Amino acid sequence: MSAPAAHHYTSTGLDSRKIAIWAFIGSECMLFVSLISTYLIYKGKSLVGPYPHEAYTSPTGQTFPPILDIPVTSASTFVLLMSSLAMVLALAAVQNKEVPKHTTGDRILGSSKLWLWMTALLGTTFLGFQAYEFTAFVNEGLTIRTNLFGSSFFTLTGFHGAHVTAGVIWLVSLLAIDYRRGLGPNDALNVDLAALYWHFVDVVWIVIFTLVYLIQ
Amino acid sequence: MATTAMPVGSSTAPHEYENSGLWSWLTTVDHKRIGVLYLYTSLFFFIWGGMEAVIIRAQLQGPNGQLVSAEMYNQLFTMHGTTMVFLAIMPLSAAFFNFLIPLQIGARDVAFPRLNAFSYWVYLFGGIFITVPILFQLAPNGGWFGYTPLTTRAYSPGINIDFWVIGLQILGVSSLAAAFNFITTIINLRAPGMTLMRMPMFTWMSFVVQFLVILAFPVITIALVFLLFDRFFGTNFYTVAQGADPLLWQHLFWIFGHPEVYILILPAFGLVSEVLPTFSRKPLFGYPVMVYSGILIGVLGFGVWAHHMFSVGMGPIADSFFALSTLLIGIPTGVKIFNWIATMAQGSLRFTTAMLFAVGLVALFTIGGISGVMHASPPADLQQTDTYFVVAHFHYVLFGGSIMGIFAGIYHYFPKMFGRLMNERLGKWHFWLNFIAMNLTFFPMHFSGMLGMPRRIYTYDGGQGWDTFNFISSMGAYMLVVSTSIFVFNFFRSKKRGEVAGSNPWEAGTLEWSIPSPAPEYNFAVLPTVSSRYPLWEGNEHDAESARINAQEGKTPAQLNIVLPYSTIKPLIVAGSMVLMFCGLLTTIAVTMIFAAIMVVALYSWLLSPLEPEHH
Amino acid sequence: MANEPVHSDPAATTPHAAAHEHHHPTWQTYVKVGAVLTAITVAEVWAYYIPSLVASRIFVPMLLIMSAVKFITVVMFYMHLKYDHKLFRVLFTGPLFIAALTLLALMFLFGQLAAKLGR
Repeated sequence: MSAPAAHHYTSTGLDSRKIAIWAFIGSECMLFVSLISTYLIYKGKSLVGPYPHEAYTSPTGQTFPPILDIPVTSASTFVLLMSSLAMVLALAAVQNKEVPKHTTGDRILGSSKLWLWMTALLGTTFLGFQAYEFTAFVNEGLTIRTNLFGSSFFTLTGFHGAHVTAGVIWLVSLLAIDYRRGLGPNDALNVDLAALYWHFVDVVWIVIFTLVYLIQ
Repeated sequence: MATTAMPVGSSTAPHEYENSGLWSWLTTVDHKRIGVLYLYTSLFFFIWGGMEAVIIRAQLQGPNGQLVSAEMYNQLFTMHGTTMVFLAIMPLSAAFFNFLIPLQIGARDVAFPRLNAFSYWVYLFGGIFITVPILFQLAPNGGWFGYTPLTTRAYSPGINIDFWVIGLQILGVSSLAAAFNFITTIINLRAPGMTLMRMPMFTWMSFVVQFLVILAFPVITIALVFLLFDRFFGTNFYTVAQGADPLLWQHLFWIFGHPEVYILILPAFGLVSEVLPTFSRKPLFGYPVMVYSGILIGVLGFGVWAHHMFSVGMGPIADSFFALSTLLIGIPTGVKIFNWIATMAQGSLRFTTAMLFAVGLVALFTIGGISGVMHASPPADLQQTDTYFVVAHFHYVLFGGSIMGIFAGIYHYFPKMFGRLMNERLGKWHFWLNFIAMNLTFFPMHFSGMLGMPRRIYTYDGGQGWDTFNFISSMGAYMLVVSTSIFVFNFFRSKKRGEVAGSNPWEAGTLEWSIPSPAPEYNFAVLPTVSSRYPLWEGNEHDAESARINAQEGKTPAQLNIVLPYSTIKPLIVAGSMVLMFCGLLTTIAVTMIFAAIMVVALYSWLLSPLEPEHH
Repeated sequence: MANEPVHSDPAATTPHAAAHEHHHPTWQTYVKVGAVLTAITVAEVWAYYIPSLVASRIFVPMLLIMSAVKFITVVMFYMHLKYDHKLFRVLFTGPLFIAALTLLALMFLFGQLAAKLGR
């Protein structure tokens, strides 16, 4: 987001910020593995329900169906995947800003604002799905305090959602710069940093979707 | 062999920093100044943690001590451990990461100077946050390792553990930010010709350490998040009544905790690997092996953690696996000891204070390593665990190891930092008193431990065979106070009136010794070229020429056409508001929101402003 | 100029502009990748609704492989790891490896690996 750094000597010819963000992503792998491991460790060990994939009858006779909603989460997973596509197109648009566009198709593809908006919107939609899911679960009797499943589920997906939120804010900041002075090839690295972060957050969701929702 | 050292004892006084006012320190982004800030702050905390230890030793000097209550004793040993690990040893290493890495690799600064400043301020504010409570007898009291369920709200209802959880989270941010910075710096800012296998050993060990940090700290972050959530929001991560596993915390903590001890020792190993060759006038023996063993220690360090849990009943498969991996990790460590000895063998030895401390590490760490190997056997460890035998082990490796290495580094690099030499006579008093005192304090603990004295007890009955050993340990501790005082006196006196040093008072061979002492603001007048591991000993004509240019004194950045980054208060503001934001957890949500907002605004301001003036 | 080394040795000093000239996938490639990711996701969810498949021993490995393929695809193509400097591959796979081993070790230590393997 800062103005492109003047070119100093580097040992690799690569931008330092790109090296830093990959190191950061490596670190985040350990962060999410700790959360995921805990979820898996506690899987099937809650003393009371609701449970993710099984029904539960409480001692007072109240019944709870399995609480995870696969159709809705599949939709949100799809939305997040598509946001990665939008992100990649946004980056390409910024990189190719100076390339002359001849067709309408080219102009659509080349609009960094459009694709940044699409990414942010799809990301926000995903967050909307998460918000819906969280409130639905709370209404159905599962809070972060209810049992081991509730604690580990909400913390894991909550952390992920917080990461998505930070990503959306980052994207909106880039949009602001795009409106203010335009984003061109000189800004490609800044957009690339956001893109790498965004894709990583998507990739973490791929793992969560499989391990939490699909595998029983 | 080109040497550009000025004669030792030159009459030219070292130049003062251009600006030395408080504001210049608050806004600095210069890695050397930040390193010095880390040094002062961590030395303060080293003394603070030492005083906590002295009170502990006074309480345990004889049976049924009455100096402090049991509750206060719990706070003392918790804070002694927490202070020494997180506020003393790690930041002492950070002082050297900051000061030394750019100088050793021939860079002008680290990759992200403002982030560097941020790391320091977070450390300072976090250190204050976690230390002040003891003055109100509200200090954390659950041990430095904070085992659940003891530290859950059910068993520790007070605010003490909250300070611990939040304080460690804050300090974790500091270490992580610095690690990303140094990884990038070491990968990307090495001088031309400095391949990875030509880097000085301190930089190499530091490189491994930064990877340990970025991989281990996220795990304790999550463990602490779980504890925080349990304590503040009623989650169930550590609530056994809800089916939680009491071992979850232990595993998560030690997955961090074991790499953490390598984080604590590897920088000291790196410093020793600089000092020993210099004062043997020989290159380090077996450089590639030293590099690979460091990397191996780092990687294997992630596979040994449950050796801290041999007594919890993990079962034979887990016990055997971790016993084997722990024995295995002794090998690369032992290899280093042999290589250091080989470096000294047939070298032309000079026993400066730095050299004495370096040799001291080799000897004392070996002792600590031997008791460590004993712990690696689960059946043996079942007797040793939670006794003073373990206390002996880790003090030999941390005091006899890390602290000795760090002292070696301080004596060695003091001239490069401050332009003067520390007094050698006082230094030798410091060393010998320290060496004797350290052994007096900790060697008897092997015996009291073997005779069954448990850890973390605030008194003990006489007549169990422990009395004499405890008495000797306490005397040793008081002696440590004396020796450390000599060091502190020497440090401050030498800063003012020490013998003026030239650029290379030790006739060492690496790049940091090619520039004036103290190091100029811009580090190198021209980026040096390098074609060997010891540029000042083995350099070719190109290297010698850049070394000659870099040794010039009295130049300003403007004269050399060098652009330096802007000084800025923003990192401090972001750091401060972040810490205050965390404080909101202990007060009201309004506090959290307000400071979060300030932090975000300051962060945007930081990110949108240029690092340095425009230049071409 | 003071930021440059004294004697420029082209082999040792010049940061290569060529570092930026790696092969760029076209937008068509990106869309195709998106289609593949969608298809795999559809297949995963489809499998979820076949009870006999879910009950079989092949379900979990199948899902793990499918999500691994999605993971690798996003990392290689969208995150560009396939086309970028090898350094980034090292920076990512090292931590990923340690993370994966840690996850497996924890699952074993808490008895979940045996449970998952159906013993």
